Amino acid sequence: MFACTRRAGKGGLSNSSIGIQSQGGMSNGFSVIICRSCFNPPCAAVCPTTALTEKPDRGVIFNSSRCIGCGNCEKACVVKAVFWNDTENKPAICVHCGFCVKFCPHDVLQMTKD
Amino acid sequence: MINNENFSEVLYIDLTHKKFWIKNRPELFSKYIGGTGVATQLLFEECPEHTEPLSPENPIIFAVSPFTGVYPFASKTIAMFKSPHTGDLGESHAGGRSAVAIKMAGYGAIVIKGKCDMPIYLVIKDRKVEFRNANTLWGMKSSFTVGDVIRANEKDPGMRSIMRIGQAGENLVSYAAVVTETYRHFGRMGLGAVFGSKMLKGLMISGKKIIDLTHKKNYITTYKEIYDKAVDSPVMKKYHDLGTAGNIKSLNLMGALPTRNLKAASFEGADKISGEHIAENFLGRRVACSHCPTGCIHLAVLREPYEDEPYFYKTTMVGYDYELVYALGSMVGISNPEDMLKLIDIVEKYCLDSMTTGVVLSWATEAMEKKLITIADTDGITLGWGNLNAYMAVVDRIVSQPNDFYKALAKGVDFASKKYGGKDFALAFGKNEMAGYHTGVAAYIGFTIGARHSHLDNAGYSIDQNEMINEKPSPEEVVDKLIKEESLRQILSSIAICFFARGIYSVELVSKAMATMGIDKSPDELMKCGREILKEKYRFKVREGFAFEKLNIPKRIFELRAAAGMIDEAFFNQAIKYAKKQLIDTV
Repeated sequence: MFACTRRAGKGGLSNSSIGIQSQGGMSNGFSVIICRSCFNPPCAAVCPTTALTEKPDRGVIFNSSRCIGCGNCEKACVVKAVFWNDTENKPAICVHCGFCVKFCPHDVLQMTKD
Repeated sequence: MINNENFSEVLYIDLTHKKFWIKNRPELFSKYIGGTGVATQLLFEECPEHTEPLSPENPIIFAVSPFTGVYPFASKTIAMFKSPHTGDLGESHAGGRSAVAIKMAGYGAIVIKGKCDMPIYLVIKDRKVEFRNANTLWGMKSSFTVGDVIRANEKDPGMRSIMRIGQAGENLVSYAAVVTETYRHFGRMGLGAVFGSKMLKGLMISGKKIIDLTHKKNYITTYKEIYDKAVDSPVMKKYHDLGTAGNIKSLNLMGALPTRNLKAASFEGADKISGEHIAENFLGRRVACSHCPTGCIHLAVLREPYEDEPYFYKTTMVGYDYELVYALGSMVGISNPEDMLKLIDIVEKYCLDSMTTGVVLSWATEAMEKKLITIADTDGITLGWGNLNAYMAVVDRIVSQPNDFYKALAKGVDFASKKYGGKDFALAFGKNEMAGYHTGVAAYIGFTIGARHSHLDNAGYSIDQNEMINEKPSPEEVVDKLIKEESLRQILSSIAICFFARGIYSVELVSKAMATMGIDKSPDELMKCGREILKEKYRFKVREGFAFEKLNIPKRIFELRAAAGMIDEAFFNQAIKYAKKQLIDTV
């Protein structure tokens, strides 16, 4: 999560578009939540300004200048992978750049081409 | 948006009037960096002289540093308070998510004062403090349940820190702990009792700040440098693979593993409670603190069969560390790993300092052997080495305190031995029960002169294993080395990093990393700052009446051969005499 924010040369967690969460307390292990680049993405379907548009093959592309921060996309994502950048009041969605993979020391994350 | 150079805001919380306010304290952070340095100053500001540790006037201070949320291993929160256990400086470090959460909520430090008129837990987020009714949580048998409830009631899963106390803190056991993220603790010095005295059942804190850094490119490269050192480090690999319990076998082999109240320094059952054996047979999961790439927290799976139903098991995850395996294993003569895990689990449920609890149990076992206490005192329980059921029953009573004996046990071995006898085998130094190292004289000098009487203050056990053998230093030279190490560690705890990364964070690297954040402190300035912070900590101790002359030094340590040989009492006394000149007379 820190790596994702650090890509822009910042510290902290606000820009992160990957989320790690316990499955009900530390003893139950963790989930990694990121955008799955789904077909017919529900987030793009509810975007009122076409800030989020469907990519030709799968997933979404985000145009920040068109985004008004309404939050529809955050609510629509089925796996809660639309994170929220509190600083800019806009969504933070994984662009699959692979930077975080370099900083997982236990090989949990992998970058592969489909 | 907060600019990292200005992350010096301190949140003040008054529990008596249920008020809170925020003050920016840049001068404090620029002089004392953060963490321990800042917390010590806040302690002077907020703790009146000779305050009763369990009174409303005793402040609870949490501090983090510019490194928190920015660099790896800056995972620790430094807690400072007047200790109800030792009667002077109380300092405890814990990780989990606490440090990152405090920083992300926007604070460099938090000060909690006063006393609430009802059980409460705090929710600290969005620049506010909310007071939540903890009536229903008060008196719950297990601190795990308290965590479950707060988790379910509050928002921000994955980003928050939840601290809480167990029944031990509610009942003011002087060595009650505070647990965070279930498996990390502000274990020592009785912070749990201070929480309890304020009716503070716990707190949840979260946030999602951005930290702007002065030199972005340098930050990214310096970060990678530190990260690469971490993943290449063989020390870190050891902590990841076996955890701290990986040290049991080696300490046992060298004859430094305190066993049965230090009647022996090696344990015939050590192999079965070793890190290797537990990992092979019980290890269920590893967890890390926020921003730590190592992940040294090891959770063992304990399967307990129900007595009356076949194939019916209760499965619990139990965290184990070296100090717990020593205190609740070899020190009490338990060689059965399942028994040890059960004892650890009950100590965790109540939220007691596991190290102190182990030494209290072992003292009481020997006191009973020597007939200084009888079953009239112990409420009918016969203590015996390795007797799990007796130990569990005693732990229940340390928390419930049904009679004078248990009230005394709830204050530690120093207090209990003054009342019942057995001072010579009451293994506490500076009133803080010993850590698991019978390596030689330097370890004990270290426990005695460390400002918070911890093996982590100055690592005397390391001097026993290296310099004592190679250089044969004088008592004065040993003390000088210990003070030098402790001064250096003040820097590390002021940048609030985990000491496991001390090999990575050299003073030069600390200075370089600070520069990427616009903080200008040369390595020499940092060393000077470290010495100054140690001096300030001792100033507090002396103000509150600490004196080496007042301490009981149990003769047991001179009677049993340590790893480095017999410990010479004259050497020890000469060292303490010199330490007094260096640490107290200069204050």
